Amino acid sequence: MAAVRGSARRRLPFWSWFWLAMAAVYLLVPLYSTLQFSLSVGPHRYGLGWYSYILHQAQFRQSFLLSLRLAVETVLISLVLMVPTVYWVHARLPRLRPVIELISVLPFVVPPIALAVGMVGLFQGVPWLISNTHLLAFAYVIQALPFTYRSLDAGMLSVDIATLTDAAQSVGASWRQTLWHVILPNLRTAMLASAFLTIAVVLGEYTISSLLLFNTFAVYMQQVGTSQAYAAAALAILSFFLTWLAMIGLFLLSRRVGYRRAVAMTR
Amino acid sequence: MARESAAPPATTAAEGSQPLGGAGEPGRRSWLVGGSRAIASWLGVVPFFAYASLFLLIPTGEIVVQAFRTPSGRFTLSNVAGLADPQALSAFEATIKVSLVTAVLGGLFGLFVAQAALRDGGAAWIRPVMVTFAGVASNFAGIPLAFAFIATLGSTGVVTQLLSRLGLHLYAHGFTIYGLFGLSITYMYFQFPLMVLIIAPALEGIRKEWREASVNCGATTRQYWRLVGLPILLPSLLGAMVLLFGNAFSAYATPYALSSGYINLVPVMIGEAVNGDLASNPQLGASLAFGMIVVIAVTVALYAVLQRRTARWLR
Repeated sequence: MAAVRGSARRRLPFWSWFWLAMAAVYLLVPLYSTLQFSLSVGPHRYGLGWYSYILHQAQFRQSFLLSLRLAVETVLISLVLMVPTVYWVHARLPRLRPVIELISVLPFVVPPIALAVGMVGLFQGVPWLISNTHLLAFAYVIQALPFTYRSLDAGMLSVDIATLTDAAQSVGASWRQTLWHVILPNLRTAMLASAFLTIAVVLGEYTISSLLLFNTFAVYMQQVGTSQAYAAAALAILSFFLTWLAMIGLFLLSRRVGYRRAVAMTR
Repeated sequence: MARESAAPPATTAAEGSQPLGGAGEPGRRSWLVGGSRAIASWLGVVPFFAYASLFLLIPTGEIVVQAFRTPSGRFTLSNVAGLADPQALSAFEATIKVSLVTAVLGGLFGLFVAQAALRDGGAAWIRPVMVTFAGVASNFAGIPLAFAFIATLGSTGVVTQLLSRLGLHLYAHGFTIYGLFGLSITYMYFQFPLMVLIIAPALEGIRKEWREASVNCGATTRQYWRLVGLPILLPSLLGAMVLLFGNAFSAYATPYALSSGYINLVPVMIGEAVNGDLASNPQLGASLAFGMIVVIAVTVALYAVLQRRTARWLR
């Protein structure tokens, strides 16, 4: 490191390397350990045994399909609810923007476990609702609301909504046509970004589903973890891989349009 | 399912367009036309407010109502008074302590890492790799994170065994991943990457000219950070740490899976009180949840005050 100091080109100083190395160690060592755990099928024997064991469990398939379905539902409901709302606020009610923004960050403030308690209390008397898996998707829309709102809001800001709307309406387009044919195509990146984040959130969600007694992927994972540490490690690797996929999708989007704001809002 | 919910926003949007067409209708007084247009505009946000009420605002209100109600529906203060119970108090203390420590340490660590990844002179690939990795890690929370740390530092974990082969027996020295200290180490895995994500835009907002100007005036690196860099960053730093605090404070899945419920944290206690076994006690759950919301509200209010202070100071 001492040699670096004298060089004419500016290089990273020692402390920068130190912190980056620390971060890499912190992020990678648990992953490596989990991988090693998931691959050990006996004393000093390694293989894919735990992975095939999991893939053959009926419960794994059921819970994973449920979480996958919930992810798709959550993305669809989020977009159908929020795209018209955010557009409407930008185009017609800019005064209301701070209010919508405030409500959209509220899920950061109200802990999911508290919200789950409130929902149990509220919907307990409605058996068809409290035992309906779709209820979970409606609750997840709220959990994803901060990301959905921010990425759509940023997307609307990056294209000139007012001019586009005026242009569309001056040639006789209705509000619905404007939204569908003019605004939506311009929002594709923003919608994809919020979809990736929503999927990452829903696939790992445990708090609300466990309190409402649904067997989602995370709930299944927890049950496996109580008795089989090695199978649980394989599930953790699988789950990590899925998060990676969602984030790499997001990263590719960000390279395309400089969509850094969306990535910065991952939580 | 999605189809059903697709209907309301679309129809309201269509309704919103009708009065537009009718705006030029003869025989209507202009104030009335303006009024109906305004009402039509408001109709466009009705689905959002209805949704937020049903699944966010009313459930939150329900917590407050339940916290002050007996099972038979009368008003009572005894549920909330139950928060003074030693077990509940120690749960709040432990939860706040873990959240505070990981927010401050994770925040500082994340700040250093972000600063190192963003400063010029480093290789071009460091920045995108760091940001993507931070995105993954900050989302890799909950159940799998607990498993990852059990595999790393659990009693038979990979690092534990490696160290014991080197002669350092962690568990013989009182270390355990299943306690508060272990939990804090685990929380750091999502705390500091989250900090990297939040603080990166603020760090990028610091202009090179400010640094150059201070260097020209003869400031050392330390003086630059103490007198220029940190004061500029302070509001964003505080805001980010508040977010980190809330993030750790409301975490439920990780502590539950890590210790099978043995770590006495507020979310874990709520889970036990509400998860329908024999000892189920929804009133206790509601008053604990109410207590959590109060703690978060106080934190956010504190932050708002600090934010205003630092903003005034910056001017």
